[in-house]
Amino acid sequence: MTYISLYLIFFKIGLFTIGGGLAALPLLQSEALERGWFTLDRFFHMVAVSESTPGPIGVNMATYVGLEQAGIGGSLAATLGLVSPSLIIIVLVARYFLHFNEKPLVQSILKGLRPAVTGLIATAAFNVITVAVIPWRVFQESGNWADLIPPVNILIFVIIGFGFLKWKFHPIVYIAAAAVAGMVLL
Amino acid sequence: MSNEETMRISVLRELYVTFFKIGSVSFGGGYAMLPLLEKELSEKKAWVSEEELLDYYAIGQSTPGIIAINVATFTGYKTAGIPGAVAATLGMITPSLIIIILIASFLDRFDEYPLVQKALKGVNIAVAVLLISSVWKFAQKTVKNIWGLLICLGAFAAVGFAGISPIIAVLISASLGGAAFFLKGRERK
Repeated sequence: MTYISLYLIFFKIGLFTIGGGLAALPLLQSEALERGWFTLDRFFHMVAVSESTPGPIGVNMATYVGLEQAGIGGSLAATLGLVSPSLIIIVLVARYFLHFNEKPLVQSILKGLRPAVTGLIATAAFNVITVAVIPWRVFQESGNWADLIPPVNILIFVIIGFGFLKWKFHPIVYIAAAAVAGMVLL
Repeated sequence: MSNEETMRISVLRELYVTFFKIGSVSFGGGYAMLPLLEKELSEKKAWVSEEELLDYYAIGQSTPGIIAINVATFTGYKTAGIPGAVAATLGMITPSLIIIILIASFLDRFDEYPLVQKALKGVNIAVAVLLISSVWKFAQKTVKNIWGLLICLGAFAAVGFAGISPIIAVLISASLGGAAFFLKGRERK
C-alpha cells in the first residue's frame, strides 16, 4: 500500500463523513473490508483501542489503519488524508462566515441556531449519562433495577459534580480524578 | 525577523500547543471535548467567544469532515488565517499519532486491560459532569426567550429521542432564525 493511495482513501473518507468520528466508521469499515485489510474482528478491536485512547476517534482510527498498512509513514499519510478535506472546506467556509457574520440576517440565523446547538450538547450529555452514570442499556438487557443505579458510579458522579461546583479547576483535573477513582473503585 | 513576524510565529506555536493539549486529554472527540475547548479557547486564551464556539460546532457538524477537526481548523483560521488553521489541526492530530503508534507497537491489547476499562468508565463520569455544566452555561447564553427554549428542547428531543440527524436540527433552526429576521423586518414597516 503506497502512501499516496492511503492518503487518497482517507481523503475520501474525510470528505464523505459529516458529523463526529463515529460517523466515519461505517465508511472506513466498508473501505477496509472491501480491500481485505483486516478481518471484522480486527477492525472492531481497532475501534475499541481508538475509543480507549485520547484524541478524536476518527483520527485515532486513521492513524491505526495507516500504521498497520504501511508503518509510521502510512499513519501520517492516512491521518493527513482524513483532515485535508476539513482544512480546505472549513477555510473556504470560514472566510465567508467571518466576512458576513456581522450582517443582521446572519445574526438572526445564528440566534436561531445557537439554542439548537445547546440542545445537541444536551443530547451528548444525556447519552454519556445513560452510559456512564445510569446505564440504561445494561438495565434493559438484565431487567434488574439494581443495574440502573450502580452506587459506585453515582458516588463518583456526585463527588466529581460537587468538586466541580466547589472549585474551578481545569476540566483535566476532574477527568484525571475520575479516571483514578474508576481504577480504584469500579 | 520583524516584531510582527515574531508575534505571528508565537501565535501559531500557541495554537499548536493548545490543540495538542486538547487532543491529548479528550476522549471520544465531538461534543465530549467541548468543555475542554471552552476552557482553553474561550476562558484562557479568549481566541473565540463561547457563542462563536457554538457557531463553529454548528458549521462543523454540517460540513464534511469530523467535528473535532473542523472546529480546530475554524478556530485556527479565525485566530491566525490559513497558517493558524494548519497549526491548530496539526496540534490536534499529533497526540493521536504518537499515542496510537506507541500503543499499537507495544500494547496492542490495550483496551482489554481491566484497569484501562475502569479508568475509561471513570473518565466518562467526569465527561458527564462537564457536559451538564456546559449545557447549563450555554443555555443561559443562548436561550433568551420562549422561542429559544422551544428550539433547544426541540433539537434535544428530535436528535436524542426521535433519531433525527443533527444536521436537520441545524438546518431547521437556522431557517427559523432566518425567518424571524424577515418577519421582524415586516413588523418594522
